[in-house]
Amino acid sequence: MSPVNATLATHRQDHRSAGSSAGSLTGTARLFWFALRRDRVRIPLWALGIGGMIAYFGAVIPLAYPDQAALQTRANIMRDPSGALLTGPGYGIDNYTFGAMVTNELLGMLAVAAALMSIFLVIRHTRAEEESGRAELVRAGVVGRRAPLTAALLTLLVANVAVGITLCAGLLASDLALADTLAVSAGTALVGLVFGGAAAVTAQLSEHARTASGMAGAALALAFIVRGVGDAQSLGGSALSWFSPIAWAQQTRAFTDLRWWPLLLCAGLLAVLLTFAVLLTEHRDFGAGLVPARSGRGNARKSLIDPVGLILRMERGSILWWLTGLAVFALLTGSMAQGIVESFEAQPQLAAVFGQGAGGDVLRATLASFTAYFAMAVAVYAVVSINRLRAEEADGRTGAVLATSVSRPRWLLSALAVTVLGSTVMLLGTGLGLGGGAAISLGDPALVADFAFAGLVYLPLVIGFAGLAVVSYGILRAGRWWVWLILISSIIVGLYGPLLNLPDAVSDAEPFGLMPRVPAEELELLPIAGAALVALILVAAGTLAFRRRDLEAG
Amino acid sequence: MSAIIDVRQLDKSFGSVRALDQLNLTLGAGEVHGFLGPNGSGKSTTIRILLGLLRPDAGTTTIFGRDPWDAVDLHHRLAYVPGDVSLWPKITGGEAIDLFAGLRGGVDPARRNQLLERFNLDPTKKTRSYSKGNRQKVALIAALASDVELLIMDEPTSGLDPLMEREFQACIREVRAAGRTVLLSSHILAEVEALCDRVTIIRQGRTVQSGTLAELRHLRRTAVVVVSDGDATTVAPIPGIHDVRREDEKVHFTADDGALPAALAHLLPLGVRSLISTPPSLEELFLHQYGDGYTAATADTADGGR
Repeated sequence: MSPVNATLATHRQDHRSAGSSAGSLTGTARLFWFALRRDRVRIPLWALGIGGMIAYFGAVIPLAYPDQAALQTRANIMRDPSGALLTGPGYGIDNYTFGAMVTNELLGMLAVAAALMSIFLVIRHTRAEEESGRAELVRAGVVGRRAPLTAALLTLLVANVAVGITLCAGLLASDLALADTLAVSAGTALVGLVFGGAAAVTAQLSEHARTASGMAGAALALAFIVRGVGDAQSLGGSALSWFSPIAWAQQTRAFTDLRWWPLLLCAGLLAVLLTFAVLLTEHRDFGAGLVPARSGRGNARKSLIDPVGLILRMERGSILWWLTGLAVFALLTGSMAQGIVESFEAQPQLAAVFGQGAGGDVLRATLASFTAYFAMAVAVYAVVSINRLRAEEADGRTGAVLATSVSRPRWLLSALAVTVLGSTVMLLGTGLGLGGGAAISLGDPALVADFAFAGLVYLPLVIGFAGLAVVSYGILRAGRWWVWLILISSIIVGLYGPLLNLPDAVSDAEPFGLMPRVPAEELELLPIAGAALVALILVAAGTLAFRRRDLEAG
Repeated sequence: MSAIIDVRQLDKSFGSVRALDQLNLTLGAGEVHGFLGPNGSGKSTTIRILLGLLRPDAGTTTIFGRDPWDAVDLHHRLAYVPGDVSLWPKITGGEAIDLFAGLRGGVDPARRNQLLERFNLDPTKKTRSYSKGNRQKVALIAALASDVELLIMDEPTSGLDPLMEREFQACIREVRAAGRTVLLSSHILAEVEALCDRVTIIRQGRTVQSGTLAELRHLRRTAVVVVSDGDATTVAPIPGIHDVRREDEKVHFTADDGALPAALAHLLPLGVRSLISTPPSLEELFLHQYGDGYTAATADTADGGR
C-alpha cells in the first residue's frame, strides 16, 4: 500500500469509527451554525426587546412611583386576588421595592415572552423545516437522525442565554443586587428553555408546524392560568401554583428573600422534556407525526365560494385568538377596578395619567382610558390583518383569485370587510370584558352597559389605520414601515404622553386622544366623523392604487 | 376562424429587465395552441398580461376581443391553471376546487366527481398535506370542471406522474372535441406534439416561430444517413444540402425541405444499400430555435422568471 493510500485508509477508518459512535449526531455543528445564521436578527431582537422592556420599566417606575407610599399603594393591588391572578405570588409587598415589583409583576411577562420566543424558535427549526420538505434535503446529506433536533436545541440555548444576559444588563442598570438579578435572569431563561423543550415534544407529535406551535402555546397558556389561579388563592402562592413552571421562576423570591432551589425544578422538567423529545424522534418516521391529521369536507359550503367567505375562513382562527386574548385581558383589567380606585385615591398623580380629570368619576375615566388602550391593540390587529394580503399575493393565491371573475376592488374590499368585522367584534369584546370585570369587582351591573359599546367610538379610527395599510398595500413599493411608524408613535404618545412631557402640539395630534373618552366624556361626533372621512379617503386611494399596479406574482 | 387571443407587439419590462419584446401570439377559436420557450423567456409574463394581472408597456392585447386589463367579467369565460399552484391552508382539496370553479361562475358536480376519480384525488384531505402533483390536480380539476370557452394553462402537468399525464392528455382531447380553446404553455414537447394544432415558440420575450406543426417542420431540415457503393459525400454541392460528413461507411447530411428529391436523384445511381431519413421532431425544432443564443438567453433572464 502506498503511503498516500495508507493515509486515506486510516482517515476513512477514523471517519467511520467516529460515525458509529456519534452517527445520529453527525452534522450537528454545521446545522447549528446555519440555524444561528438564519436567526442572527431574530435572537438579538428578542433579547434586546426583553432586556429593553426591563430597562424601560427601570426608568419609568421611579417616575410613576416616586416614594415608598406610592409603591405601597401599588403593592396593595397584589393583595387583591385579581391582581395576583395577573401578576405574581406577592412576595415582599410589606416593603415594596422596584426589585420586588420585577419578581412579582414583570417576571411573569418576561417568562411568557421568553417562552413564546422559544416555542417559535424550536418549531421553526424542527417541524416547520420538516413540513416544508427542506429538512428532507438536509437529512439526505451526511446528517444524523438526531442532528436537526440537537442543533435546534443548541440554538434555543443560545437564544435564552442571550435573553438572560440582556436581562441582567437591564436590571443591573437599575442598581439591583447581583445575586437576585442573576436569579431573575436565569429563571426567565429556564422558563424559556422549558417551553422550548415542550415545543420539541409537540414538534414530534403533529405533522404540521402550526398545530405543534398551537399545542406548545396551549401548554404555556395553561401554565399561565394555573399560576394565576394558584397565586390568587393565597399570598405567596398555593400548592396549585407549584404546578406551573412560570411560578418556579417567581418562587425564587428574588429581591425579597432569595432562594435558588425552585430553579432546579425547571432544570429537572427540561431534562424530562428533552429526553422525551429524543425518544419520540427515535420512534417515528421522517415527516410523520404521532397525532394523525384529520380529513375534512369533500365539498365547499356555499359561504366559502365568495371572497369574504374565503378570507373570513382564513382569518377566523386569528380573529378568535385576538378576541379571546384581548377580552380576557380586558376582563382581568376590569376586575382590578376596586384596586385601581383605591390606588388612585391615594395617589392623584397616577390618576392624572389615566383619568385626566381627577375631579369626576375616576373609575369611569380610568376604564375609558383602558378602552383607548384596547382600541390601540385592535388597530395593531387591523394593520396586521391587512398586511397579510402581501403574503397572499407573494404566494400566488391572489393571482389565482383575480384570474377568476373577482375584480381587484372586490378582493381588496372583501379583505377590508373581514378586518372591519374582526375589529368590531374585538372592540365589543374588550368593552364587555372591561365593563363586566369592573361590574363583578364593584358589584355595579350598570358598568357593563356603560362600556359594552364604548370601544366602538374608536372603530372609524381603527379603520383609518387599516386604511393606511390598504394604501401601503395598494402602492406596495411604498413599503409598510411608515404605517407601523405612524401607529406605534401614536400608541406611545397615547400611552405615555402625559409622562413624557411632550409639547402640546404632539400630544394633541395623537389620534386616539382625539376621540371622546366615552362614557366619561360626552359622545362628541365630530372627531369620529373626521376619522371616518379619513378612513374613507385612504381606502379609496389604496383601492385605486391597487387597481393600477402590476401583481407581484401569480 | 375568429381570434380568441390576439397579442401584437407586446412589450413589458420589469425595471431594467426586458421581459417581453415585440411579442406576438394569436389563438383561433377551438384550437389547442402550444406556447413554448425556455425558462424566463416570458411565457408566464404573457399569460399574466392576458389575465389582467400585469399591465403591458406597449402593444395591443385582446382576449375575446377586449383589453384584458379591464375585463374581469371575461374571466367567467376562461379558466387558468398556474404552473405552481399555491392553495389556502386550512381548507380541503375539494373545497379548493369548488372555490376556484365557484368564483368563476359554477361547477358541474358530475363532471367534478368524474375528474376527481380520473385524477385519483382525495378531496377530503387538507391542502397543506398535498404534494406538488396533488396541488396541480386541484387546479386542473377546477379548470376542467368549469364550463368555460378558454383554458389558459401554464405548465399544467409539472409534478404529475406519467399516468396522470396521460389522463391530462385525454382530457385536453375531450376539451378540443367539445370545441373549446386551449393555450398550453409547456416544456414537455411530447405533450405539445401530441395535443397541439399550432405552436408559438418564443425566446427572450420575442416570438421566433409560430404556425402549425407541419408548417414548422418545413423550416427544419430532414436528417439523412446513407450507405452506398459510390461516394455519397458528392451530394455536397447540391443546393439545400448541408453538414455532409462521413463516419466509416455511413454518410450523414441534412436536407432543406425541397432539396430531398435532388439529393435522392443524385444518390440512386451510386448504389444505395441503406437510407434512413428522419423528419424533424418538435424537440429538434425547439433546440434549433434556441440553439444559438440559448445559453445566453437563459443566463440573461434566469432571475426574471415572471
